[in-house]
Amino acid sequence: MLPNLDDDFVGRMLRKVGAATVEDLFSDIPEGVKLGRPLRLPEGGSEYAVRREVQARLRQNKTPPETLCFLGGGVWPHYVPAAVESITSRQEFYTSYTPYQAEVSQGVLQALFEYQSLMCDLLGMEACNGSLYDWASAAGEAVRMAGRVTGRNKVLLGGNIGPQRRGVIRTYTEPMGMTLETVDFDRATGRMDSEDLKKKLSDGVACLYFENPNYFGVIEDEAPEVTSLVHSSGALVVAGVDPISLSLIREPGAYGADIAVGEGQPLGIPMNYGGPHLGIFAVKDIKLARNMPGRLIGLTTSVADQQRKAFAMVLQAREQHIRREGATSNVCTNQSLMAIAAASYLSLLGKEGFRTLGETIIANSHFAAKRLSRIEGVVSPHFKGAFFKEFVVSYKKAKAESVFGKLAKLGVLAGSPTHIEVGSQSGLYCVTEVHTRDDIEALAAALEEAV
Amino acid sequence: MKKYVQASWDEPLLNELSRPGRVGNSVPSDPTISSRFKDPQSLVPQSMRRDSLNLPELSELQVLRHFNRLSQMNFSVELGMYPLGSCTMKYNPKVSEMIASSDAMKGAHPLQPAGTVQGILSIFYDLERALCEITGVHRFSLSTAAGAQGELAGVLMIRKYLAEHGGGARDEILVPDSAHGTNPASAAMAGFKVVKVPSGANGQVKASKVQELSSERTAGMMFTVPNTLGLFEGEVKEVCDAVHAAGGLMYYDGANMNALLGRARPGDMGFDVVHLNLHKTFATPHGGGGPGAGPVGVTRKLADYLPVPVIVKEKTGYSLDYGLRRSIGPLKGFIGNSAVLLRAYIYIRLLGASGLKDVSSMAVLAANYLWKSLDPEAFPASHEVELLRKHEAVVSVKGDLPGSAMTVAKAILDLGMHAPTVYFPLIVHEALMIEPTESEPEEMLDEYAEALNSIYAKIKDGTLGPVPKNTSVGKVDEVKASHPLTLRVHW
Repeated sequence: MLPNLDDDFVGRMLRKVGAATVEDLFSDIPEGVKLGRPLRLPEGGSEYAVRREVQARLRQNKTPPETLCFLGGGVWPHYVPAAVESITSRQEFYTSYTPYQAEVSQGVLQALFEYQSLMCDLLGMEACNGSLYDWASAAGEAVRMAGRVTGRNKVLLGGNIGPQRRGVIRTYTEPMGMTLETVDFDRATGRMDSEDLKKKLSDGVACLYFENPNYFGVIEDEAPEVTSLVHSSGALVVAGVDPISLSLIREPGAYGADIAVGEGQPLGIPMNYGGPHLGIFAVKDIKLARNMPGRLIGLTTSVADQQRKAFAMVLQAREQHIRREGATSNVCTNQSLMAIAAASYLSLLGKEGFRTLGETIIANSHFAAKRLSRIEGVVSPHFKGAFFKEFVVSYKKAKAESVFGKLAKLGVLAGSPTHIEVGSQSGLYCVTEVHTRDDIEALAAALEEAV
Repeated sequence: MKKYVQASWDEPLLNELSRPGRVGNSVPSDPTISSRFKDPQSLVPQSMRRDSLNLPELSELQVLRHFNRLSQMNFSVELGMYPLGSCTMKYNPKVSEMIASSDAMKGAHPLQPAGTVQGILSIFYDLERALCEITGVHRFSLSTAAGAQGELAGVLMIRKYLAEHGGGARDEILVPDSAHGTNPASAAMAGFKVVKVPSGANGQVKASKVQELSSERTAGMMFTVPNTLGLFEGEVKEVCDAVHAAGGLMYYDGANMNALLGRARPGDMGFDVVHLNLHKTFATPHGGGGPGAGPVGVTRKLADYLPVPVIVKEKTGYSLDYGLRRSIGPLKGFIGNSAVLLRAYIYIRLLGASGLKDVSSMAVLAANYLWKSLDPEAFPASHEVELLRKHEAVVSVKGDLPGSAMTVAKAILDLGMHAPTVYFPLIVHEALMIEPTESEPEEMLDEYAEALNSIYAKIKDGTLGPVPKNTSVGKVDEVKASHPLTLRVHW
């Protein structure tokens, strides 16, 4: 990794620089702040030794195929096609950086433009980027943007959104002086309580942020009514979505959302113990693009040949490297490679494959929910509302933490405690296309033992 | 000069390649379940059923060809020298990719019980300890997803700490005019007013200037050392003292830490908060713009304010602590960019204590060597020639022609090398910011310097001609990209 370490190179290079020793190159560091000792770290190892050591440590992780994973909540187990991994393993993509020099970066630029187009179609939106870190930070940025656009500072959050998004939205909005208020959910269906929403809407509200399907996996089937209600008070609607659900469920643009955010991880990105993932951010009205955080790619041509299409970063005057403290966000390094993964994933599955995927998931999850309902001491699904791939299971006697821990010991990762008061002890279950009938039977057997 | 032509596919958009009925990948499906559901979409309430889905239909080979062709039109570190200043485009070890692609990493869910992820948690713990030792601070949170998010976390911690210690009225953050744009943007996001600190004539910040601008409204200062001109800030200790004396806290922007590995530590300089860009200094691939990771570290008094989660080691094993009482809260939904953290750990293990020190030696040697190899008439240094550079050097392109830095940048693309960062820092006229990193062999540095020198000679005698011409497309029309604005296709 250090091609010039040999004395011959160092000697020649130092002569050109006009320094006698390498130490002289650091003579501008005052003695008082120089580290006068070696770093207290182990010495380096050979590639083989390090690989052996790190792989041995990673093998302590219990992951599929050794275990079964039915966890969700904002990161979900999905199959990543080999072709997606092949594409994201192209060093031309992964060892380049932000396409500042458009002429030698058309590959990343076109791939990101394709991502923007595919996601706009999927979401029913007019502008979308792959420039935010994950769903939660995209939601935080979206709520901040709603504050900027409306000049209002009250935020309504669904009571049935993921705790991870709620936490990050709070961190992102607190310095703007925005106040957060929770809209209750119906304890029977798991859906948003639109009567409570009506009560809480006022002319100080910047936006409603809700999720569809929500954290409980339940589909918000009154979404069109909810958006018109929110719009009538002059506020914006920010919808958080699982993009896979849009295979069967109406897209946020179709029910009137102004901003759509979501987690791009299920689109060909491994769960990776938390990241890197992909924050989806999209707007319905193209005029709102000027207020968006993060990079945007535009279609253009070469200067000399107006027939030759080309791509470039656009609306950069919104961004930190130009606008500094006036920027719409501080985002710089973002999630480009993940957006390329998502673009290749969507094009591999295509219209038909993506629909089949949705049908498989909804069938598997309903099969599983029903199967678990046969277990004594278990209510599955806990909520009556229609669901897509996740559902809440409640326990008549057992504690959620205890069930979660016991299942893990039995080699089944499932039932993460909901952390939202739903009236009883409960856990969240996620079933996708990766699960077979045998897997679901194994889950049922383990749950029977755990409750 | 060697001949170079970049691949140039006039590659259609995916929708243009689409033909109805094609599917590129088979979806796993268990027939013993699917046969029970005749119309699965009927499980979605009528009002919420999707009417139509517009996705392109291609075969797997078509998709691969499409993206592989695009990749060929993308310059990268493994194709050639990429001395983009301030971005530290060093070599990313292949072994890290190999290890990070294991199922034990990719398949781990962030909500798994700690007992089932002891492997990766133990790596996080060791990584945190290593980062603390390298920077001289007490504790790190590994959760922040990029440098800019680390910055936001840092200023939010300063804000919260001060608010709880009688400094709630402090609403200003000092930021030098040479700082990256993310600094003022992060400070503004955290609700601060930004006070610009002008650099001194030698390109460095004067402690006396900082003292003059500090007041009872000063919450702190964000300071990049070495700065974006590649200069070590000689008065860093005095600057820290001045801000502390005024009651503020000091934030270290670690974007340029590559120059200081094993030689100096922000904690010893007097900084309270530090972020590192692991994708820069610790060699994780930049992914065409990301992902990165920007862990944020603090001294003891700020440790309870870190963004959650943080890693803890107890007798029973490693776990994640979400309950830090004074935490500014989470900034990312789940844990952090774990697969990036893993790669950074591997890099630290490969190099070890003396290897990391060699990295800063070789990075600084390369930057100074390349700088001294440039024709000083053509590329005058931004600031005093007598001063050594650290990880990078900033020069101007001589002459009054506006756009000359851009011309040089486009011309070097034609030779199969990436351009330096241009027009940054903003305080330098026609700036080229050159950071070769420790990865470039001596002869490559020679070739790059020679290329820049000859390009200038051609500009001067008017023989350069239009550039670039050997790239996949000629000069891109950036004006047209915004007017009319096309951010997606409709089809």
